[in-house]
Amino acid sequence: MLTCKDASQLMSQSFDRRLGLMERAGLRFHLVICKSCQLAYRQLDFMHQLCQRIAAEPVAIHPMQPGLSAEAGERILKELHRKQDGQ
Amino acid sequence: MTDKLSSPEHWVAQHGDYLFRFAMVKLRDEHMAEDAVQETLLAALQGHNKFSGDAAERTWLVGILKHKIVDLIRKKVREPTLLNVDEPMEFAQDEVTEAMFDETSHWAAPCQDWGSPDKVLEQKRFWQILNECLRRLPPQLAMLYSLREISGMDTESICKDLNISPTNSWVMLHRARLGLKECFEVHWLGGVQEGAR
Repeated sequence: MLTCKDASQLMSQSFDRRLGLMERAGLRFHLVICKSCQLAYRQLDFMHQLCQRIAAEPVAIHPMQPGLSAEAGERILKELHRKQDGQ
Repeated sequence: MTDKLSSPEHWVAQHGDYLFRFAMVKLRDEHMAEDAVQETLLAALQGHNKFSGDAAERTWLVGILKHKIVDLIRKKVREPTLLNVDEPMEFAQDEVTEAMFDETSHWAAPCQDWGSPDKVLEQKRFWQILNECLRRLPPQLAMLYSLREISGMDTESICKDLNISPTNSWVMLHRARLGLKECFEVHWLGGVQEGAR
């Protein structure tokens, strides 16, 4: 029988590798009988899904993220000109 | 002669913010993100003749940026400050994970129901809280988590870059995820209730 801690390890690994047949069966059985782990799995999946969405569309969240600072823009432009002049 | 539309001034003005935001999401570090933008535009300048024009300029630049981001991550994870800390990577944050379970290895506190992650608004708030929570994790765990979940690197290349075994990476990712879950339990629903008040 899996404990919740064991189950949480399998839940986490299910995002990183394909679980074996026995592992999947064990986790599924535990999830049927354990309400807390059902919720925990949904929480982990929630974080995973949102990360995937952000990874796929990073700039969609841009109102939270300020743009390039004026100083950095200047610095980058200077580097670009230096490179251009060097060629 | 460089035509006006593809000049460095045009790139920085038109695409600088976009590239920087893109890089910030992946790197979560202002200096690294600025470096990524600079490296990208320098490479673009050099490879300017290779730009066929059949892809939009921004798409072309983002393509270069993605490679530069991976390069910077690789460089960063090899920095001794990140890896050669006092405690070995695999022991990072063990106590926090332990404390989440009782002596019978059941959850010590009930898990919350966060519903489904569907709203765009939630996505923005999620990103804000995720950044805050990642800052509270041990840096190695935060780096590993962000490589895996935000940069989307596969376990194999992560293990190669960080020089850890797959088993180690799974143990650490488990700790990172539980650490974040714990942090989100305080800030996610807690924040909603505050907002509703």
